[in-house]
Amino acid sequence: MRNAETKSELSSRSQQDLFDYLLRLGDDRLVLGHRLSQWCGHGPILEEDLALTNISLDLIGQAKFLLELAGEVEGKNRSADDLAYLREAIDFRCLKLVEQPIGDYAYTIARQFLFDVYDYYQMEQLCDSKFEKLSAIAAKAVKEARYHLRHSRQWVLRLGDGTQESHRRIQTAFDEVWMYTGEMFEADDLEDRLLEEGLAADLRTIRTSWAALVHQTLVEATLTAPSDEQYMQSGSRKGFHSEYLGHVLSELQILPRSYPGAKW
Amino acid sequence: MEDANKLKEFEARIERGEKIEPKDWMPERYRTQLIRMISQHAHSEIVGMLPEGNWITRAPSLRRKMSLLAKVQDEAGHGLYLYCAAETLGVDRSELVGEFLSGKAKYSNIFNYPTLTWADIGAIGWLVDGAAIVNQTMLAKCSYGPYSRANLRICKEETFHKVQGYEIVCTMAQGRPAQRKMIQDAVNRWWWPSLMMFGPHDKNSPNSAELMKWKVKLFSNDDLRQRFVNLTVRQARAAGVTLPDPDLKYNPETDNWEFGEINWDEFWSVVRGNGPCNRDRMRARRRAHVEGAWVREAADAYAAKQRAKAAKSA
Repeated sequence: MRNAETKSELSSRSQQDLFDYLLRLGDDRLVLGHRLSQWCGHGPILEEDLALTNISLDLIGQAKFLLELAGEVEGKNRSADDLAYLREAIDFRCLKLVEQPIGDYAYTIARQFLFDVYDYYQMEQLCDSKFEKLSAIAAKAVKEARYHLRHSRQWVLRLGDGTQESHRRIQTAFDEVWMYTGEMFEADDLEDRLLEEGLAADLRTIRTSWAALVHQTLVEATLTAPSDEQYMQSGSRKGFHSEYLGHVLSELQILPRSYPGAKW
Repeated sequence: MEDANKLKEFEARIERGEKIEPKDWMPERYRTQLIRMISQHAHSEIVGMLPEGNWITRAPSLRRKMSLLAKVQDEAGHGLYLYCAAETLGVDRSELVGEFLSGKAKYSNIFNYPTLTWADIGAIGWLVDGAAIVNQTMLAKCSYGPYSRANLRICKEETFHKVQGYEIVCTMAQGRPAQRKMIQDAVNRWWWPSLMMFGPHDKNSPNSAELMKWKVKLFSNDDLRQRFVNLTVRQARAAGVTLPDPDLKYNPETDNWEFGEINWDEFWSVVRGNGPCNRDRMRARRRAHVEGAWVREAADAYAAKQRAKAAKSA
C-alpha cells in the first residue's frame, strides 16, 4: 500500500481498525498522563516534580494528537475532547498497566519504565507507518519517549542499586506490576491487519526489544526480573479494565459531563 | 572602620544603579533580608503548586489541562531557580526548605485559600498572577543581580499565565448561567486576598524603608497595590465580572481607582496559620518531604557508589 494521507484512501475496514488502534495509543497516554499529574506538588524532590509534570504534559499532548487523528479517521465529527471526556470506561482501549494508582515512588517509576521502553520502541516503529499523519505524530513522540526512558531508566538504577530500602521497594514494585505487562504485547487480528498494510507497529519485534532492554536494566540495577511464567492480565484492548479506570474517568470527565456542550 | 568605608562604597554603587553580584561585599542586613525575601518567594512558588494542582485532573478540556500542567511546571521551575538565587548568598537549599517545613519561614498567604471550582483557576491566573507580576516587575529591577535576573525570567512566564487565566475568566463570564455564577463567585473570593498579596500598609511594614534604601524594593506596598487595582478594574469591566468592593471609585484628580479598606484582621489571622488551607498546605509539603526521604537517600547512595567505581577504575 502506498502512503495513506487521508481517510478517503483507507478502506472502511482499515478505517475502523485504525480508529481502534489510535484509541489504544491515545488512551494509554491519556490515562498514564493523568496518573503522573497526580504527583504534581507531591514529588520526593523538586527536580522530580518538574520531571514528572513534564512527562505528564508530553503524554497528554501526544494523547491529544492521537485522539484528534482518531476522530478524523472515524469521520463522525468527534474531537479529541469528545473522545477523552465523553466515552465510557468500556469504550476505552488503554492498558490496565496505566490505570493502576501511583503507589509509592518506586511503583510509579517501575510502571513508568516498563511503559517508557514499550512507548519508545512503539513510536520508533510508527515513524515508518504508511499513515503519514500517524508517522508525523510518532516522529515527535519518539524524541519525547527517548527522554522519558532515559529518566525512568536512570531512576530504576538509582533505586535498585541505592539503599536496601529503595532496592526492596523497587523490587516489590516490579513484582507487583509485572502481571500487567503481558497485555502490552497481545496482538490481535486488528493489529495484524494493520501491520500487513504497513500502518501499525509490530508488537512481536517490540516485545523482543522490550524484554532485552528491561532485563539488561534490571540486571544492572541489581534487581531480579519477575518470571514471565506468572499469570498475566489480559483483555484491556477489548475494554476489560480494572475498577480504577472508572474512578479516573469520573474525575477527568466531571466538567464536560456536568455541563454538556459548555465552552471552558 | 573598614566596614564603614565599604558600606559607603556599597551604597554609592546602589545609588549609581549598579547591580550587586554574589562575590561583591554587602552589609550583613542586605544579605539576610535578601535571603528572607528570595526564600519566601521560592517557598511560595512551591506551595502555589498545590491549589492549582488540585484541578489538573479535572481540567475541562485537554487544552486547558495542558496549559495548567505547563503553568504548574513553570512554578516548580521558578522555585528551583529562586532557591539557586538564594544559594548565591551563601545558604543551602536544604537549610531553607528545613526552615519552611518547620514553619519558621513564611510563604505567600494567598495560597492558604482553597480552589473550589474550575473558575478559581481562571481567577488565580488573572488576579494572583496579575498581582505577582506587578510586584515582580519591580523586583526584576532590584539591586541584587541574581534576584533581578530570576524575576525577569519569572515575569515573562507569569505574563503568559495571566493571559491564560484571563481567557478562562472571559470564556466563563460569557458562558452559561452556572459558569457565570462560578466565575463571579471565584472573583469575589480571590479579589481581597489578591490585594493583601502586596503586604501591610507602608506604615505597618517594618522592612520596607531599609529595602527601599538599598533598592531591593523600588516602590512601596501601597503604591504597588494601587497600580494593580488600576490595571485590574478595567480588565474586570472588559471581562464582564464585578469586583466585590462597593467603595471602588475613580478619582480623576489622581487618576486612581480608590478602593475600600482591606480586612487586615483576616490578613494577620491567615498569616498566623488560621486560613482555610494553612494546615493542608503544610501537611502536604511535609508529607512529600518525609515520604520522599528514602528516594533522596537512594539517589545519594547510588551517586556515592558510582563515584567510588569511577575512582577505582581511574
